[in-house]
Amino acid sequence: MFRALQFTFGAAIVIFLLMPIFAILPLAFTSSVFLNYPIPAYSMRWLHELTTADVWRTSIVNSLIIGGGATVFATVLGTLASLGMRKGALPMVGLLRTLFLLPMVVPAVVLGVGMQIFLVRLGLASTYLGVIIAHAVLCIPFVIVSVSAALQGIDPSIERAASSLGAPPVTVFRRVTLPLAVPGVVSGAIFAFATSLDEVVLTLFVAGPNQRTLARQMFSSIRENINPTVAAAALLLIIGTLCLGGLAALLRWRQKRSALKTAPSAI
Amino acid sequence: MRPFIQFESVSKAFGSVTVVNALDLAIEKGEFVSLLGPSGSGKTTILMMLAGFERPTQGAIYLDGRRIDHLPPYRRQMGVVFQNYALFPHMSVAENVAFPLEMQRVPRAEIAERVERALDMVKLKQLKDRRPSQLSGGQQQRIALTRALVFEPSVILMDEPLGALDKQLREHMQLEIRELHKRLGLTIVFVTHDQSEALTMSDRIAVFNAGRIEQIDDPQIIYDTPRTRFVAEFIGETNLIEAKVASVDDHVARISLGAGLSARAHAGNGLSAGQTASFSLRPERIRLGAVPEGSNALDMTIADCIYHGDHMRVQLTRDDFSLVARCERLAGNWTVGASVVASFDPSDCTVLTQ
Ligand SMILES: Nc1ncnc2c1ncn2[C@@H]1O[C@H](COP(=O)(O)OP(=O)(O)OP(=O)(O)O)[C@@H](O)[C@H]1O
Ligand SMILES: [Mg+2]
Repeated sequence: MFRALQFTFGAAIVIFLLMPIFAILPLAFTSSVFLNYPIPAYSMRWLHELTTADVWRTSIVNSLIIGGGATVFATVLGTLASLGMRKGALPMVGLLRTLFLLPMVVPAVVLGVGMQIFLVRLGLASTYLGVIIAHAVLCIPFVIVSVSAALQGIDPSIERAASSLGAPPVTVFRRVTLPLAVPGVVSGAIFAFATSLDEVVLTLFVAGPNQRTLARQMFSSIRENINPTVAAAALLLIIGTLCLGGLAALLRWRQKRSALKTAPSAI
Repeated sequence: MRPFIQFESVSKAFGSVTVVNALDLAIEKGEFVSLLGPSGSGKTTILMMLAGFERPTQGAIYLDGRRIDHLPPYRRQMGVVFQNYALFPHMSVAENVAFPLEMQRVPRAEIAERVERALDMVKLKQLKDRRPSQLSGGQQQRIALTRALVFEPSVILMDEPLGALDKQLREHMQLEIRELHKRLGLTIVFVTHDQSEALTMSDRIAVFNAGRIEQIDDPQIIYDTPRTRFVAEFIGETNLIEAKVASVDDHVARISLGAGLSARAHAGNGLSAGQTASFSLRPERIRLGAVPEGSNALDMTIADCIYHGDHMRVQLTRDDFSLVARCERLAGNWTVGASVVASFDPSDCTVLTQ
C-alpha cells in the first residue's frame, strides 16, 4: 500500500517535471504559424527557419562562441583552483571553497547587476570577452566540484610512488595527477558548457545586441513575435543538453568502474 | 666509516605528539631488516623519513656516508613498495615498470630490454600490456615490487607490502621476496606488524614500541632471549610471570615464582637478590612427564587441555600460579585434574627486569 503510494507520488513528480518539455517539443514540428495546439500537420518548417533565419543562426553561433570561451576559462581556472585547494597547504581552505562555490547560490540577478557595473568599468560591457567572463564566473563552481571530486579520488600514495621512483614534482603532476584528473576536468567542462548554454539572466545584463545567445534570442522572441521557432530552438537545446549529460554520465560510469577495479582488495 | 644507512638520534613529532623518539638505527648494505611493532608505534613514519616523505624534527639520516634528510624523495634513489601497491592505474604494466627508467633518462631501447628482463624475473612477462585493474592482488604486488627494483635503487623500502594478500599467497610472496633479496644482494627495510613474517624473512628485526627500539637482533636471538617484557610478549607466545629473585650465584639465579615454586634461570648482568623481575618461559619449552638431569621441575595440576590440530595447549595450575604448555599431540594422554611434573631447562627461560 505504502509502496504503491510512494510509486504514484514519484511518478507524479517526474511527470510534473517533464511535462513542460513534452508540451513544447511537438510544436517544433508544427506546420502552423502559431505556437499552440492542436497541431494541424507536421513539417520541418520551423527547424528550417531556425537554421536559416539570420537572427537565429547568429544566436546559435554566439552561443557556441560564448559557451566555448566560458568553458575554456572556467575549466582552466576551476582546475587550477581545485589543485590549489587540494593539498591543504593553504590556510582557511574551507572558507575559500565556499567563496568559489558562491556563484552557484547567489541570485543571477544580483550577479548580473554587479557584473554589468564591473564590466563597464573595464570597458568590456557588450563585448564577447565580457559575456564570456561573466559566464565563466557562473561555470567555475561546476568545474571545481567535479575536478575536486576527481582529485580526491586519487590515492596520494600513487603520487608518492611516482616521486620515489625519481619523478620531480612537475613530472608527477604531468604524468600522474593530471591524467588521473582528466575525467573530472572533462565532466566539469561539460557542465560548464551546459550552464553557459542556458544562461539568460546574466546574458540580459552584460550582453549587447551583438552577443545575443540562443537562450537570449528565445527569451526575446517569445515577447516580440511569438512563433514555433522557439519550440525548434528548445528542441535543439534539449538535444544538446541531453548529449552533454549523456557524455558526463558515461565518463562518470567509466571512472567509477575503473576505481572499483583498482581497489587492492580485488584479489 | 658510517654504516650504509644510519639514523642518528632522529626524532619526529607531529604537533606536540612525539612519534619517533631519538632513534639510532644502523643498517648494513645487503641486509634485510624488519621494523616490527604494534599499530601506531611509528614504523611507517620511520620508513617515510627514509624515503623522504617526512622530515625528521631532529637528528640526521645518512645513506652511504651522505646526509640525505634534506633531499626530496625523487633524489634519494630508493624503491618504495606501498601497502596498497600504488601502481599507476592509467598505465599498462610495462609502462609502470618503465616509469623509473624513463625518469633516469635511460635510452628507449635499453628501457624496453630492462623492462622485459625485470618482468621475466617475476614471471609476469605475458601480462605486460594489461592495466593494473586487470591483475590479481598478488600480481599487482609483484609488479609493484618489480617497478621498485628495476632501476636498481640502493635500498628497497616496503611498508606492509603483503598485508592485503591472503595467507597462502602471503607466504609464497615472503619466500619470493627473500629469494630476490639473496639473489640480487638487495638492502631491504621491511615494515610489518606480523611477527612470523618478520621472523621468517629478516636478517635482523627491530622491535618497536611507542617510537623506540626495544631490541634489534637477529630473529633467533629476539625469539630466544628477548631483552624486555614487551619483546617477550610481542614476539611469539610466552608465559610471563611476575617473580622475585631469591638468589644470584655465578650467572644462575634462583627465582621464586609463587605458590611455593621456584626455578633456576640464566641470569644476565645487573640482576641482584631481592629484586622483582619478570620470568619468561615459552610454552613449547615446557616438557610434561619426564624430568631430564639438571632441569627445573614444577609439580602442577592439569586444568585444561585444548586441541589445536598439530599440537595441544595444556593449562597447568597450582594455587594461583598458572602456566601454559604446548605439547605434541601424541606426546601423552593428559587428563584434566591429573597431577603432572612440568620441566624446563634453565637456559630456556629468561629473567627480565625492563
Ligand atoms: N601526518 C601525521 N600527522 C599526525 N600524526 C601522525 C601523522 N602520521 C602519523 N601520525 C601518528 O604517528 C603515530 C605513528 O604512526 P605510524 O603510521 O608511523 O605507525 P605504524 O607503526 O606504521 O602503525 P601501523 O602498524 O598501524 O601502520 C600514530 O599515532 C599516528 O597517529
Ligand atoms: Mg604503518
